[in-house]
Amino acid sequence: MSDEKRTPSPEEAKQRLLARYPAKVARKRAQQIVINHAIEGGKVPEIMSNARTIPGVITQRGCTYAGCKGVILGPVRDILTITHGPIGCSFYSWLTRRNQTRTQSPDEANYITYALTTDMQEEDIVFGGEKKLKAAIREAYEIFNPKAIALCSTCPVGLIGDDVHSVAREMKAELGINIFAFSCEGYKGVSQSAGHHIANNGVFTHVVGTDDNGKKGKFKINMLGEYNIGGDAFEIERLLEECGITMVASFSGNATYDQFATAHTADLNCIMCHRSINYMAEMMQTKYGIPWIKVNFIGASATAKSLRKIAQYFDDEELKAKVEEVIAREMPEVQKVSAEVKPHTEGKTAMLFVGGSRAHHYQELFEEIGMKAVAAGYEFGHRDDYEGREVLPFIKIDADSRNIEELDVHPDAVAFKPRKTEEQLANLKAGGLSFSEYEGMMRQMQDGSLTIDDISHYETEVLLETYKPDIFCAGIKEKYAVQKSGVPLKQLHSYDYGGPYAGFKGAINFYKDIDRMTSNPIWGHLKAPWQKGPEVPAVYVAA
Amino acid sequence: MFLRHTTTDIKERGTLSINPAKTCQPIGAMYAALGIHGCLPHSHGSQGCCSYHRSTLTRHYKEPVMAGTSSFTEGASVFGGGANLVAAIDNIFTLYSPDVIAVHTTCLSETIGDDVPSFVHQAKMKGSIPEGKYVIHTNTPSYVGSHVTGFANMTKSMVDYFSESTGEARDQINIIPGFVDPADMAEIKRIAAMMEVKIVIFPDTSGVLNAPQTGVHHMYPEGGVTVPQLISTGDSRATLALGQVASAPAGEALNSKCKVPLEILDLPIGLLATDRFINALRTAAGVEVPESVNDERGQLIDIVTDMEQYFHGKRVALAGDPDQLVALTEFLITLGMVPAHIVTGTPGKAFEKKIEEITAKCPVKVNVKAGSDLFLLHQWIKNDQVDLIIGNTYCKYIARDEDIPLIRVGFPIVDRIGHIYSPIVGYKGGIRLLEKILDAILDRQDRDAGEENIELVM
Repeated sequence: MSDEKRTPSPEEAKQRLLARYPAKVARKRAQQIVINHAIEGGKVPEIMSNARTIPGVITQRGCTYAGCKGVILGPVRDILTITHGPIGCSFYSWLTRRNQTRTQSPDEANYITYALTTDMQEEDIVFGGEKKLKAAIREAYEIFNPKAIALCSTCPVGLIGDDVHSVAREMKAELGINIFAFSCEGYKGVSQSAGHHIANNGVFTHVVGTDDNGKKGKFKINMLGEYNIGGDAFEIERLLEECGITMVASFSGNATYDQFATAHTADLNCIMCHRSINYMAEMMQTKYGIPWIKVNFIGASATAKSLRKIAQYFDDEELKAKVEEVIAREMPEVQKVSAEVKPHTEGKTAMLFVGGSRAHHYQELFEEIGMKAVAAGYEFGHRDDYEGREVLPFIKIDADSRNIEELDVHPDAVAFKPRKTEEQLANLKAGGLSFSEYEGMMRQMQDGSLTIDDISHYETEVLLETYKPDIFCAGIKEKYAVQKSGVPLKQLHSYDYGGPYAGFKGAINFYKDIDRMTSNPIWGHLKAPWQKGPEVPAVYVAA
Repeated sequence: MFLRHTTTDIKERGTLSINPAKTCQPIGAMYAALGIHGCLPHSHGSQGCCSYHRSTLTRHYKEPVMAGTSSFTEGASVFGGGANLVAAIDNIFTLYSPDVIAVHTTCLSETIGDDVPSFVHQAKMKGSIPEGKYVIHTNTPSYVGSHVTGFANMTKSMVDYFSESTGEARDQINIIPGFVDPADMAEIKRIAAMMEVKIVIFPDTSGVLNAPQTGVHHMYPEGGVTVPQLISTGDSRATLALGQVASAPAGEALNSKCKVPLEILDLPIGLLATDRFINALRTAAGVEVPESVNDERGQLIDIVTDMEQYFHGKRVALAGDPDQLVALTEFLITLGMVPAHIVTGTPGKAFEKKIEEITAKCPVKVNVKAGSDLFLLHQWIKNDQVDLIIGNTYCKYIARDEDIPLIRVGFPIVDRIGHIYSPIVGYKGGIRLLEKILDAILDRQDRDAGEENIELVM
């Protein structure tokens, strides 16, 4: 592959990407395909994102239900989630996201392996499904005896006007456990992103702050936007524990209901996936006075940096020393493996089209083994995920975004407690720690590389043909089409059932996996010996 | 325990479904549409449906599954999805040049009452459908039936849109294979070729969802029934519809539209169902059954006579789709096994009745339920243990918890690859099933055998 490479100019590549589109579609896509270059003042170019997908282009995107039930609620083991709708949505979101969870004892609740649904039938669509939903909640309560039940709405629920929230209130009063509902119908918003926001709002309103008996510890944080795909959270938990940092709550990898309920007792919120969870951090800051910082545990140096940031925030010499000790202990193995794979991976190219943060975070790991991201983009990111949060005041709110509720949050009369004095905050900022900031993906990308929002299958094929990257990162729907084109695809949703990729151990796993995938000799055998060169067919002739 | 909250205490459930044994109609329609050569399926609804269906089919086949979506937003849900579908049709023909776009609806577009044919008409008026290209559709409300119903509906739409009767009979037989894997469709074609019977099989996903790795991605792989073949089905001598639920509606439509004689058969899984299929094909085509087919049949029987002791009396729990379960249950009875617990998620009392008929002579009472789920199956197993589970990948959690061997048959299988390349239909498919059953049972015997009684020869 590598020897055939001819890198076209980014302008030429963009032209190719747009060439076949109808004029109106091309005009829109031109604003979502951006050539990266530094602009004076540290700015980056503007990119259109969080915009409607053009029908029929073959998109990677899913729906609001997937973002709410699948992404945010999916990893929580002891909230019993009932999907109110026809059978499919519950079925498809059943165990398919690899959210690992680890209970402390065999008696503890774990509903991860269960899919519960009202399985709406035609008569429910015609006559309404509220009665059925109530009956289903009673049955679920009797069988599982959970401490909380979440109700997730699918498309028809909103259309027929079932009031899931009043059902939740009524059943909460009847059964005496916390029951809350999410209006996460698939058609809301333009992607999964709307579902994240709806889930954040619901969990914040109905669960966070309901229990003051959080975990005790000297350095208490919440980890936000980490979903424990392939055990990532276990590796992060291990590192935090070794540093003596207490994780009160995770949103929501390996999480429990009690973690959410006590999250307000932490002193710092650390955001991994900015897109899916920044709402929660912002609301907790307003209501409880907990500051938030952006962290990233994908990549060994990013992990070290994130641990140092947390130590810097708590400003404790013992913690700082412990963090350095852990980093010093972990890094040699990381460096050893990276040195082993680098001779094979150095100079190779990658493309990343995934998620709302992964396309950014994983560039760190590729850089660590000398690989370059030539094109990247999000499936459901917003402008702030690309350009940084400073563009937030300038983002136009369109009709689709307006449909997603923004909660009106105020400081809590009792529980609001500033974690740092103004002076302390100023000192920390002067020391280089940024609060409530995310710089976005585009700043990390090299001049001349491409950022493409909500990539279509057609554009994927053009990119493969134009750049012939050594590896392409996306999801299951893209996996085999890309591989049939002769390019290995690394799934960054499911990790191809491997991982973890977070933290130091995760970095080692990733280096080895990418080395294996980009060096696999099978790609050299796609053609049979007789298909390879021009050859004159001949037969042996008897002498 | 993976399913630690599942207990022996079976409480009557009227409304709550736990751990489904079915999914929704549109995925079946998408799968069937992929069995038309040069076809791009299109999901008329919100994006998530299409994404979920493509993901599930991709995990099952480990192949590209291409499909478009109308990408409904809240506006489209209020005002109707017409503009979205018209735009989608234009974009799809411009970018992806399929021969056919096969549109299926979703619970969203069904609930708001979108009229797909009128939208397609608008697209035609706009000139968005190139000459010689087709847009077909089927209605697949997710709140009716199951994924099998969706498959049946899209297959019937192939007849509604394409089948034509010219008045001139063709010497060919239509075979509607049902919701089976590409390897099964290929096996049916192989059997017909051995018998020298010309057939049109539709849909046909062989060569589409088990395409070779060549380093070049073909949006439309070699396989699939072609449009001219579909048109010609109206002139065929007869139709064999395999599977009551998945295939009968299309066969009946073809019978009423083009007067093609119809025979509805069980899926040819196992000895007796394959016998009936071969016999029906022989009769319909007026051919002799060649020795090569008889040999395969004899090999299957040979395995049963050789190994009968290992089958006899073994208790089996089954979950899956009605057509597969009917044939599998009959096969187990033929082997002297006991199909103790049977559930399908697909609703329909006819299924329960059919299973009761097949198992009438079974020495124990057979638990059977349609419109049910894996939670109930697991509870039945907990109350009354079995030696073997036959079902899809989701059954592995039950299998691990109860320490019972699992044979993966059905949809979806997302953790093994055999089903993509090797059939379960026909005598060869029966031989494969026997091998799988024996491997599971004998591996278990080897694992559990004591030092004093492990058997070398079995």
